[in-house]
Amino acid sequence: MTALDTATRAAPGWARLLPGGSYAGRSRMLLLRSATASRRTWPAIVSGFAEPVFYLLAMGSGLGSLVGTLPGPDGRPISYAAWIAPGLLAASAMNGAVFDATFNVFFKLKYNRLYDAMLATPLGPVDIALGEIGWALLRGGLYATGFLSVMAVAGLLTSPWALLALPAALLVAFAFAAIGMAATSFMRSWQDFDLVTLAVLPMFLFATTFYPLGVYPRPLQILVECLPLFHAVELMRGLTTGAVHLGLLGHLAYFLVMAAVGVVVAARRLEALLLR
Amino acid sequence: MGDGLVQARDLRKRFGTFEAVRGIDVDVAQGEVFGFLGPNGAGKSSTMRMIACVSPRTSGSLQVLGMDPDRDGPRIRARLGVVPQLDNLDTELSVRENLEIYGRYFGLPRRHVRAKAAELLEFARLTERAEDRVEPLSGGMKRRLTIARSLVNDPDLLLLDEPTTGLDPQARHLLWERLYQLKREGVTQIITTHYMDEAEQLCDRLVVMDGGVIVAEGSPAELIERWSTREVLELRFAPEDRPAAADLERHAERVEVLPDRALLYTADGERSQAALHAAGLRPLSALVRRSTLEDVFLRLTGRTLVD
Ligand SMILES: Nc1ncnc2c1ncn2[C@@H]1O[C@H](COP(=O)(O)OP(=O)(O)O)[C@@H](O)[C@H]1O
Ligand SMILES: [Mg+2]
Repeated sequence: MTALDTATRAAPGWARLLPGGSYAGRSRMLLLRSATASRRTWPAIVSGFAEPVFYLLAMGSGLGSLVGTLPGPDGRPISYAAWIAPGLLAASAMNGAVFDATFNVFFKLKYNRLYDAMLATPLGPVDIALGEIGWALLRGGLYATGFLSVMAVAGLLTSPWALLALPAALLVAFAFAAIGMAATSFMRSWQDFDLVTLAVLPMFLFATTFYPLGVYPRPLQILVECLPLFHAVELMRGLTTGAVHLGLLGHLAYFLVMAAVGVVVAARRLEALLLR
Repeated sequence: MGDGLVQARDLRKRFGTFEAVRGIDVDVAQGEVFGFLGPNGAGKSSTMRMIACVSPRTSGSLQVLGMDPDRDGPRIRARLGVVPQLDNLDTELSVRENLEIYGRYFGLPRRHVRAKAAELLEFARLTERAEDRVEPLSGGMKRRLTIARSLVNDPDLLLLDEPTTGLDPQARHLLWERLYQLKREGVTQIITTHYMDEAEQLCDRLVVMDGGVIVAEGSPAELIERWSTREVLELRFAPEDRPAAADLERHAERVEVLPDRALLYTADGERSQAALHAAGLRPLSALVRRSTLEDVFLRLTGRTLVD
């Protein structure tokens, strides 16, 4: 096969469901690009790893010595550090993915015209959406792996179910990246990114990362239960403490829907923005 | 029909209520360098983007490499090289990586793009800067890199949208020389420009575009012969003794009076100049030159190309 035969190879079958030409089945080339570029931006990646560890030290050990234990998901008491660690795990998956899929994507979209350059090749908007979301996912996965290792060393993983926290963190990162990228495609200027902070920071603080849902009155509880980070925290906390029940599948479904909506909206919007 | 690489019939592009391309017919043959010459806003880039399969046409028919962009966009793009009007190099990558990674977007194997990148760095005279980031490169170097990048897939058709706009004369000449080399190698090129000298230097055939329509078509020499005279006498007068246009028209086939000068279209500039002198007209300066595509454009649209 010559080089060009490879270049024009048809996309896989399912891609025919998409509007013509929007997927060349080559989104991994965007991963290659991001990996190459990140060789120069590794400090940013390291800092994303360190942040939840700092929180765990400050809150888990510091505050934890005052709080003592809290009832875990199945009612048995667990240390405060073991209680917040899965929350921090979920939050770090969210933060890494959202950062990549919003700030970084916006820069490439508006200033670098990177995606314009890609769309002049056989790549289509779906390749770009999947490739960028995939990178955010890898980055989120890297953070999650690092943080899970810290939890293991600190003795905060009390169940073999914790092994599943990693794929769960990947799904959470994927879903947040997909929604983040979709949201970014609607942004007009850097000012709009204040909205991202406005969405992410309160979620981080209030979506049961640091204390149980029970502290809220019922109407507020319902509000919190709608937030994606709440579902991520529930999922992680169930897995790392071994309190596994069928309800976790509901949380999983939440992220599957979120990821699918995000990918479709992001690809459509890229197409509308760039292929005019 | 035909073995044209590009064939457009009544091709149109509308943005909202504004029609940027208003029904053009274009045929580009294998191996030729074809030009779109026109001022800003003529619809050149809109046309190029439709040919590049990154902008769906509003109506009309369009075939690129024998395929329909609406149906076969990715397959066509796999065989195109595109130099957009504004550089969109990857600022997070090095010069070499820009070529290698771009080649990978085409699905080309790693070894192939590595060798190709080395060859293209030579072609673009950027081997010394291969490991540098893109940002500090000069405008001319960035443009050469963008052209090199467009060649990474050995395209059958190269689309260059204003390849030398904003470059200094030296950088332009180097670029022209590279494009000429590609032409000798048989690469079909479509170039847009608002520089008439660029169109004359590079294009075998061109269309003059204005306001979304094609107003003339032919080789540079044909266009000049058809729409202008062999020579032009350029006159500047002091504001107080500017003659009436009628006094000038007596000595030329046609006269264009511009704000700063008058252009007398004539087969023999020297003779017209002598006749003016005999008639007692005393310009501050007089210059005889050959007609250019600029004159063609002025004739066809009543306006100058670059203002
Ligand atoms: N995406 C767009 N949306 C709206 N108007 C556009 C868009 N692109 C180009 N135009 C308009 O179409 C006209 C032709 O533009 P263009 O094709 O870029 O001309 P040229 O390349 O000859 O300078 C201009 O008036 C321009 O403002
Ligand atoms: Mg243009």
